[in-house]
Amino acid sequence: MSKSNETKYAIELKGITKTFGSVVANNNINLTIKYGEILALLGENGSGKTTLMNMLSGIYYPDNGTISVAGEEVAISSPTEAIDFGIGMIHQHFKLVEVLNAMDNIVLGTKEKYLKPKELKDKIQNISSKFGLEVEPEKKIYNMSVSEKQTVEILKVLYRGAQILILDEPTAVLTPQEIEKLFAILRKMKEQGSAIIIITHKLNEVMAISDRVSILRKGELIDTVATKETNEKQLTELMVGRPVSLKIERPEIEKKHTVLNVVDLSVMNDDGTYALRNVNFKLKSGEILGVAGIAGSGQKELCESIAGLMKVKEGAVLCNKENIIGKTPDEIINLGISMSFVPEDRLGMGLVGSMGMVENMMLKSYKNNKGFFIDKKPSRKLSEELKKKLEIVTPNVETPVRMMSGGNVQKVLLGREIESNPNVLITAYPVRGLDINSSYVIYDLLNEQKKKGVAILFIGEDLDVLLELSDRIMVLCHGEVKGIVDAKSTSKEEIGLMMTGKSMEGVDQDE
Amino acid sequence: MNMFLNFLIAAVFAGTPLLFGTLGEIMSEKAGHLNLGVEGMMAMGACAGFMAGLLTDSFIVALIAAFAAGMLGALIYAVLTVTFMADQNVTGLTLAIFGTGLSNFIGEYMLVNSTSSSLKLPEKITATISNINIPGLSSIPVVGQLFFQYNPFVYLGILVAILCGIYLNHTKMGLNLRAIGENPAAADAAGIKVTKIKYINILLGGGICGIGGAYSSMIICGGVWMSNSVNGLGWIAVALVIFASWSPTKAIFGSFIFGAFNILKYYFPKTWITIPSAFYDMLPFIITALVLVITSIRKSKENSQPASCGVNYFREER
Repeated sequence: MSKSNETKYAIELKGITKTFGSVVANNNINLTIKYGEILALLGENGSGKTTLMNMLSGIYYPDNGTISVAGEEVAISSPTEAIDFGIGMIHQHFKLVEVLNAMDNIVLGTKEKYLKPKELKDKIQNISSKFGLEVEPEKKIYNMSVSEKQTVEILKVLYRGAQILILDEPTAVLTPQEIEKLFAILRKMKEQGSAIIIITHKLNEVMAISDRVSILRKGELIDTVATKETNEKQLTELMVGRPVSLKIERPEIEKKHTVLNVVDLSVMNDDGTYALRNVNFKLKSGEILGVAGIAGSGQKELCESIAGLMKVKEGAVLCNKENIIGKTPDEIINLGISMSFVPEDRLGMGLVGSMGMVENMMLKSYKNNKGFFIDKKPSRKLSEELKKKLEIVTPNVETPVRMMSGGNVQKVLLGREIESNPNVLITAYPVRGLDINSSYVIYDLLNEQKKKGVAILFIGEDLDVLLELSDRIMVLCHGEVKGIVDAKSTSKEEIGLMMTGKSMEGVDQDE
Repeated sequence: MNMFLNFLIAAVFAGTPLLFGTLGEIMSEKAGHLNLGVEGMMAMGACAGFMAGLLTDSFIVALIAAFAAGMLGALIYAVLTVTFMADQNVTGLTLAIFGTGLSNFIGEYMLVNSTSSSLKLPEKITATISNINIPGLSSIPVVGQLFFQYNPFVYLGILVAILCGIYLNHTKMGLNLRAIGENPAAADAAGIKVTKIKYINILLGGGICGIGGAYSSMIICGGVWMSNSVNGLGWIAVALVIFASWSPTKAIFGSFIFGAFNILKYYFPKTWITIPSAFYDMLPFIITALVLVITSIRKSKENSQPASCGVNYFREER
């Protein structure tokens, strides 16, 4: 059917346009990918990356334009059809059934006849060894680590014979070592002739894995460049549309005094193991103490025990020489300790999704309200101020916060905590899922607080950011502090090693 | 000894309608839909089965009618919850009230328009649904009495339970169904037709409940039409699903145990101690509460309610 003898493209998109109501999500996009190639799709939140890929995986149908797979024009109207065309998508949130084992998840929904468990296991082992994947076919999903789950997802699409793989932000939840492992698998698949599209907004990963990069901005394809001929700075400019300094500010503050002194803090899990074990650190005014660690190393427990939400087994948390363990969350807030925890689902702790900004502000301040009826005026005034100051995009301050985009929700949460003029600000994953622009607004907010002398405990995921933003970095592994290092003199590798259990000499435990 | 044997046999008789109700509810919950309308679907099956038996004098027709009526109840539920995303609890509760009311209404109507003072099943069907006698086997002492002399419903119930167990755990369709109940988004992404399979299994579950209803109107009430013949059995069945930890084969023993509680008051020696009969009616629920406590302490992921049960699935919601 293809009229020329040119090498067939695995996928060729021509003039793809998709609108949702009056919003143009994708406008006249042309994109090609060859077999044996890794293409990175780069763009900020809302630039249309996921929408575009959802059209390839059969979730959306384009309004205009054509999709060709292996040289033939096709219409993909459902995920099943996408699989029939050899297109497999690994979603950001895994689509696995927790109580089933890896094998059952892999065969789920396939149309072939029933295979005996033994035959099936052999078939899976064959595919695994071909691409260098490691998986235990009989292990239940709920017993697996995030990285193992991802491997099952990849096996699932390979089992269905996918030649074209789309990965939506696959590295967001992995450790540096696991990312290396994933990249090794992807390179091997590339060698075997697969076409791979990887959606991401981490520039260093784009540089490490891709052959070409396509940049999307506001629904339009800005450019496609060869990875070898570009650099992170150029990519950022293409993505944001104007020159951006990638450097995060780190203002130097003359350190005054220890605000929070955590002594031998231990917290137990439900199953009797230690969630935190003998954690010691000092948090000073005017500094950002970064906390690094693999997800689930005790970050959540640390935040919650300081905020008074979790039962502590041993140890003390001294705030200006006063032990706050045993105090109620309310008393702790009154001491000026403020927490903004952004969990994966973003709303989670802190905000009520179905309430507007005004009512969410009141959650923290209702006690100041005298009398039986509520007075919305101060909260409305505060909301309007925050909206203006932080450039929060929302139709009005009464719009339910769950209707707002992730970045704006996070601004509301952080903004409210900052408004209470805390001495200590605990913030966990404040830039989770945010694009570069919004992330920098958040970093600026934190630095502004630091300059005011607030002691900030910053729990982060991205090591590059931790290294640039924090003054010191504390590394947690299995609930233990593996060391506190100076962010200016340490390296990513050193922190990566500590995250997986290697202890380091602490740089400063001085008073 | 004889007394104890009679007690066991009576427990099986009393447990059979519970078995149908439980199996029906398991099928629905495995599809991710908590259908609290078991009582209503059973009542609809009770009425349809009895009336069909009354008019045609055929056991098979009565069974089909009961199954269809239960399916009709489940269809109302499925349209509301699967297609229109209505709240599962509210819809189920409404169905329970509606089904019972409809059943009583039709029963009254038939009674008013009949020439006699009561509705009584004809002779041929009464003979078919009475206890069977297998030559040779039924006459074995103890064993024969305990295993080979029940009415056809009892054997049908056990057969359905075994078939449900095989279907759920050893077939591809069953795997797909379990995946939907646990994580419909995952099933959808794997190319499984979520809505279709939900409908099929909710309707299948409703039909099975309907047969349980027919048992209560045709057997328990002795072939004479009575209003409210299901009388709360549907609610016990919902509790039994938890007791059986969503397993059709465990449901067989569960329903016979619960059946035993239901008739315990007639067999408990009065000479020992007098306990108000309301206490016995309470027993199944106390046991269920205990089972709930024990299972939530164990925290076993396999033997618990399908993860998405009670939550409607809407593809575009991400």
